Amino acid sequence: MASNTKISNSPAPDKGKAPVTLSKEEILRYSRHLIMPEVGMEGQLKLKQAKVLCIGTGGLGAPLGLYLAAAGVGRIGLVDFDSVDLTNLQRQILFDTSDVGRPKIEAAADRLRKMNPDIQIDTFETRLTSDNALDILKDYDIVVDGTDNFPTRYLVNDACVILGKPNVYGSIFRFEGQITIFGYPSGPCYRCLYPEPPPPGLVPSCAEGGVLGVLPGIVGSIQAAETLKLIIGKGDSLVGRLLLFDALAMRFRELKLRKNPECPVCGEHPSITKLIDYAEFCGVRGEEAPGPQVNVPEIAPRELKARLDRGDDLFVLDVREPHEFQICNLGGHLIPLGDLSRRAHELDSSREIVAHCRSGKRSAEAVQFLRSAGFRKVLNLKGGILAWSDEVDPSVPKY
Amino acid sequence: MAVKVIIPTPLRPYAGKQDSVELQAATVGEALAALTSRFAELKKHLYSDDGRLRSFVNVYVNDEDIRYLQKDATKLREGDTVSIVPSIAGGARN
Repeated sequence: MASNTKISNSPAPDKGKAPVTLSKEEILRYSRHLIMPEVGMEGQLKLKQAKVLCIGTGGLGAPLGLYLAAAGVGRIGLVDFDSVDLTNLQRQILFDTSDVGRPKIEAAADRLRKMNPDIQIDTFETRLTSDNALDILKDYDIVVDGTDNFPTRYLVNDACVILGKPNVYGSIFRFEGQITIFGYPSGPCYRCLYPEPPPPGLVPSCAEGGVLGVLPGIVGSIQAAETLKLIIGKGDSLVGRLLLFDALAMRFRELKLRKNPECPVCGEHPSITKLIDYAEFCGVRGEEAPGPQVNVPEIAPRELKARLDRGDDLFVLDVREPHEFQICNLGGHLIPLGDLSRRAHELDSSREIVAHCRSGKRSAEAVQFLRSAGFRKVLNLKGGILAWSDEVDPSVPKY
Repeated sequence: MAVKVIIPTPLRPYAGKQDSVELQAATVGEALAALTSRFAELKKHLYSDDGRLRSFVNVYVNDEDIRYLQKDATKLREGDTVSIVPSIAGGARN
């Protein structure tokens, strides 16, 4: 397949209805589009008749929704089930401080309606599931995937392939983004690129993740640009190309994507022809899946506090990263989990050791490792610094 | 051949925090073997227990997916760039 696919898709105008036109006010509003021959009146009318579904109104959905609304996309569907949280505001620019606690869908719809009262905003306050996905997606021309987890990614992909709808895909991690268009009839789908998701526990956990606030702004804006191009039918789309963006190196790279003839969803002999159980497929329950459970001896935060107050000889070991230690700490000795095997000699195996991290997950691994290395008196601080902040000392910030 | 292997962000913690590694290899298989012998921890992230490249990790030589070349046997030329590209899911939370 050619690496650059010319765009030819555009929504068909509704037959039998009055011809769509722009009001005098709309002509002024969209004048910077109208004076470009690539958009013009024809393109702007296509935008006005277009129906785009944005799955997720978070980091990627924010710039996407704003630019689609500003551009005059006539009908925008929003799918989200979450509420605005203080940690969202570092990157989710649809929301402001006064929105904390509100359903995202409500805050997002308000913002987009305020930005452009001439367009229709549809809201779906629900988690996208195998039961509702086809019904929600069927009325839209283009689907834009701005979700944050593997089960929904595969669900959106399969639903788009089944319905024959383009899926404008973007995903991010720390400083890095990936953008492409899946589900185009001649092009590859997500499963052609990645037949299966990573097993839980192999990908870095939420505590080790993080994202540069502006990164989803850039990636979501590229998704918006690709969506608008698909609608007006101009330019070279990202179909068949995976665009990689590294904000730290400030470098874009491009890889060729091919349609896999053996793809179980879009291949020549598909084995998946209806939606499946994606939580099961991804080996997780819900989107915040824990990694493999490690059972190790624990100590509750209150008990640790009582024993420290009593003057017991306890050695507190912090297995987080140095940059996390700077955010807050319990005065423990810092050895990041990844360095533990190399630096275990710094520890005195005759003393009782309490290991902790942010949530208790990494320190459970540390306890398991130390016990296997011959340390007999090692305990895991249950719930980590988060639980310590909740149960013992609220002055310790949570992050 | 001297080639450059680009390490993606999620795998950098297992590769000495480096974003790329220069090494000598005549094929993709040799390049990955050299990489995982230098960074043992990387191995379980790249290969499943049966020794196959994991299905959420793709490897490219320049801009071509090795699944559509000769896979591990794909020959490398001086100055080629080998990219490891795992799937990432992040959007709003991570």
